[in-house]
Amino acid sequence: QTGAWGGHLGSVPAARAAALRSRVTVCCAPARDSSREDRGRSPQRDFHILFVPRRSLLCEQWLKEQGVLGSFIHREQYSLDLIPFDGDLLSMESESAFKECYLESDQTSLYHAAKGLMTLQALYGTIPQIFGKGECARHVANMMIRMKREFPGSQNSIFPVFDTLLLLDRNVDLLTPLATQLTYEGLIDEIYGIQNTYVKLPPEKFAPKKQGEGGKDLPTEPKKLQLNSAEELYAEIRDKNFNAVGSVLSKKAKIISAAFEERHHAKTVGEIKQFVSQLPHMQAARSSLANHTSIAELIKDITTSEDFFDNLTVEQEFMSGIDTDKVNNYIEDCIAQKHPLIKILRLVCLQSVCNSGLKQKVLDHYKREILQTYGYEHILTLNNLEKAGLLKPQTSGRNNYPTIRKTLRLWMDDVNEQNPNDISYVYSGYAPLSVRLAQLLARPGWRSIEEVLKMLPGPHFEERQQLPTGLQKKRQHGENRVTLVFFLGGVTYAEIAALRFLSQMEDGGTEYVIATTKLINGTSWIKSLMEKLEPAPF
Amino acid sequence: MSRARADEEEYWHSSKFRAFTFDDEDDELSQLKESKRAVNSLRDIVDDDDDDDLERVSWSGEPVGSISWSIKETASSSTSSLEGRDSGLQKGSSSYAAFPKQVSSYSLSSLFKGRNKLPSFQSLSDALSDTGVKNYAPELRRPKAEYKDYSSDWSPKDTVRRMQRGKVCSLERFRSLQDKLVLLDEAVAGHDGNVITAVLIFLKRTLRREILFRELEVRQVALCHLIHFLKEAGEQKLLLDLLRFLDRTEEVALSQYREHLNIQDVEKRREFLKGCIGLPFSAEDTSHIQDHYTLLERQIIIEANDRHLETAGQSEIFRKYPRKASILNMPLVTTLFYSCFYHYTEAEGTFSSPTNLKKTFKIPDKQYVLTALAARAKLRAWDDVDALFTTKNWLGYTKKKAPIGFHRVVEILQRNNAPVQVLEEYVRLVEDVETRLNLATKYKCHDVVIETYKDLKDRIQLTAYKCKVERGSAEEEKINSILNNMQIRWKN
Repeated sequence: QTGAWGGHLGSVPAARAAALRSRVTVCCAPARDSSREDRGRSPQRDFHILFVPRRSLLCEQWLKEQGVLGSFIHREQYSLDLIPFDGDLLSMESESAFKECYLESDQTSLYHAAKGLMTLQALYGTIPQIFGKGECARHVANMMIRMKREFPGSQNSIFPVFDTLLLLDRNVDLLTPLATQLTYEGLIDEIYGIQNTYVKLPPEKFAPKKQGEGGKDLPTEPKKLQLNSAEELYAEIRDKNFNAVGSVLSKKAKIISAAFEERHHAKTVGEIKQFVSQLPHMQAARSSLANHTSIAELIKDITTSEDFFDNLTVEQEFMSGIDTDKVNNYIEDCIAQKHPLIKILRLVCLQSVCNSGLKQKVLDHYKREILQTYGYEHILTLNNLEKAGLLKPQTSGRNNYPTIRKTLRLWMDDVNEQNPNDISYVYSGYAPLSVRLAQLLARPGWRSIEEVLKMLPGPHFEERQQLPTGLQKKRQHGENRVTLVFFLGGVTYAEIAALRFLSQMEDGGTEYVIATTKLINGTSWIKSLMEKLEPAPF
Repeated sequence: MSRARADEEEYWHSSKFRAFTFDDEDDELSQLKESKRAVNSLRDIVDDDDDDDLERVSWSGEPVGSISWSIKETASSSTSSLEGRDSGLQKGSSSYAAFPKQVSSYSLSSLFKGRNKLPSFQSLSDALSDTGVKNYAPELRRPKAEYKDYSSDWSPKDTVRRMQRGKVCSLERFRSLQDKLVLLDEAVAGHDGNVITAVLIFLKRTLRREILFRELEVRQVALCHLIHFLKEAGEQKLLLDLLRFLDRTEEVALSQYREHLNIQDVEKRREFLKGCIGLPFSAEDTSHIQDHYTLLERQIIIEANDRHLETAGQSEIFRKYPRKASILNMPLVTTLFYSCFYHYTEAEGTFSSPTNLKKTFKIPDKQYVLTALAARAKLRAWDDVDALFTTKNWLGYTKKKAPIGFHRVVEILQRNNAPVQVLEEYVRLVEDVETRLNLATKYKCHDVVIETYKDLKDRIQLTAYKCKVERGSAEEEKINSILNNMQIRWKN
């Protein structure tokens, strides 16, 4: 289920440690292994088990039932709630959080979120203001308040770093993850899937270009790259709209080749020395540029394809409110051509969300086509999507989406991809609802959008946590407020980009730090909601 | 509380990591020292004489530096490793000097700057322990008894707290129903799903079903956890009993239907699906389940028949195009494709004929034509393709009609490498002029392009097109003769 289990800690004489997400189903692998090893040749082998984020009674009970609990010398837990992914990003990496909260009503991940927030407060001070929207948000806030009450000692004397905590349920904004992200990082994730900040790419474009051996040994292993803001160039382009990336790359290329040209002007020993001292930096910059140029080429091949264009056109039509109430031709065509089921589900769910549910006739039509083309067993998946509110019949007979779209300005016709002036650049026209809520909270406040908030699911609320007078902030003029936005149920790279854009706005006045249960995209998200079916026979 | 504090303090003593400070004072020396210490502490638990070989791997198979130390870390809090704790404490005092200093100036940029500094990456997660209180005062070692768990007088609340910290607790002392329910309510109030489920397992084992169900009905959170657990654990029977008791009929039906995925034998699966038909699904779903059963029933008949035909080697189509896989458990549209491929000409009366499938499953025209077209095009049976779109009106005139639009027909034919002559015929039928021109240009149907420009009286485009056709070809000649035709009134 989650990740996998750890790996070898050592080889001779081997001890083995398994790091486990605390879920019963994950336990099978090491248990099988350990019992096999027990019977095997080396009786000296030691087994250790490490539960992440916590030791689970269920897993232990299961191991006991399998009769292998005794073979683990150490059974430990590593209470890892929030994992830093970047300078401004924390994730719990619990991929099933959304499913558990909204399908199974199992709120364990929320408990961990609350615990993570308590730890964060222990380190960075009590957060004076808590805002939230959604059932889960309410739940987490309640737990935080309760935990604080139960551990009065946790009142700390640290000056608060965060001014505001904003808790947002993913189901308040089901729309955003379904749309195709159009930032550079978002597209890398959509197309190749970023796993724990690493991405695996097809190797062809990364072949070393040396003269004389052209095309001889093309690498066959996928190219693996780490992506984070430590890489100067990546930090600059990751959050840009993909259409603005090309010009940055070519500008960089000119600067770097100019820098290399400098060597011809270096005459004195001193100048040469200075040039040489800059070489490592320049070479790193050059290889970084080469990598991102290759990635951009790979992505461009896809974004310029006809199908990508058609798909995007339909998405944008839905989001701007065109023809959301009838069966869409493109979706029908995709089903007929048996495009990947997840792609179909993303589009149908997007249409449903943009229409506050589909007309019964339209919904039935899609359902029948999907079941007939992909197999009747997918009725279970469709059922899950319905339960999560992603795919539903229009019950109220009223479509709220246009009102929400207009009030929150979710669709912007005049989008500037090169020099954006609004967050809608991350989806080339659509401004992510979740981030709009954060933006409006900072200015002018949620009171201005009460009506729309009522249309979105779950309660909205505000809580204050008292600070000792000595710790209350006296704001300097021009000093930014810091808001921690916690996405319960997952966040996309495009939403992160939009929040970073708001942080950088000159007159914004708010900086954002982002936390989430899991970094998601539409595909990984829908996948987490699908019923696990046996692999197809061919 | 004090336990947690002791653990934590111990951590500060023995860890190779300092508390999270905002100073950027990571020089290489201290990093070296840290890694040395990390390696040394690793030896304690791993007992490995060759630590160069260590390979640390995370979920994705990534080598990381964090697992080893955290084992050491958590080893100290273990109930099952008392020795480890003792040695840890002793060692701790030696590294007493490495205390973190409290820094009070903050800035966001220094907050998470986790980038090139692995230590700070970890130190944030390290610090994610239970409470924020840090007490650095030295403390006496606790009596061993305190680490043991036979204490039997924990209150329900304390029991739940201990379980939340991952400690083993005996629940057997909660004997009366009253006690058990208090325990459950306490667990629910703690919001920790692991503990709630653990208590539920205990109740499930010690309470009669009716009583358990009755009590859960008024405890929704606990109920959800039990349902989730039963699903994960595969305790299907109890799950169904519970859902029935709760009158959640549709869930019962779906949950039961899901079972068919675990049945490998097709005959048994078919029988099982037959049993599912009567289940209380929603009206819409009922017809899908019925179809699922009928489809599998058909596939079993077709499969037996075709396997026989194939092995006998009598049928030409099976000799020429051997089957890649069995048709069992394939989706309906795939089955239709299969039957259009192997059984196209069969009379409607046979189970395997396309028309019979179309009728039985009420497959819409569009879907049917698309599938049949793809199958016949794959076999290059262009006459069949032609027949698919030919309709005769009552006067006996024939007319071409496609429920899917001829541009789609062209695309499907092109994907199946249809010859230009065939393509041309259908490109010509595309009604929209612009689409027709696009398709004709794309697939090099020169005649269609030339005629369309002629019809449009567009001399400029037609002249320009001359460079796209081969020199000296019939097409070039055709263009020239049209351009020289004085009768045409060109629009440009």
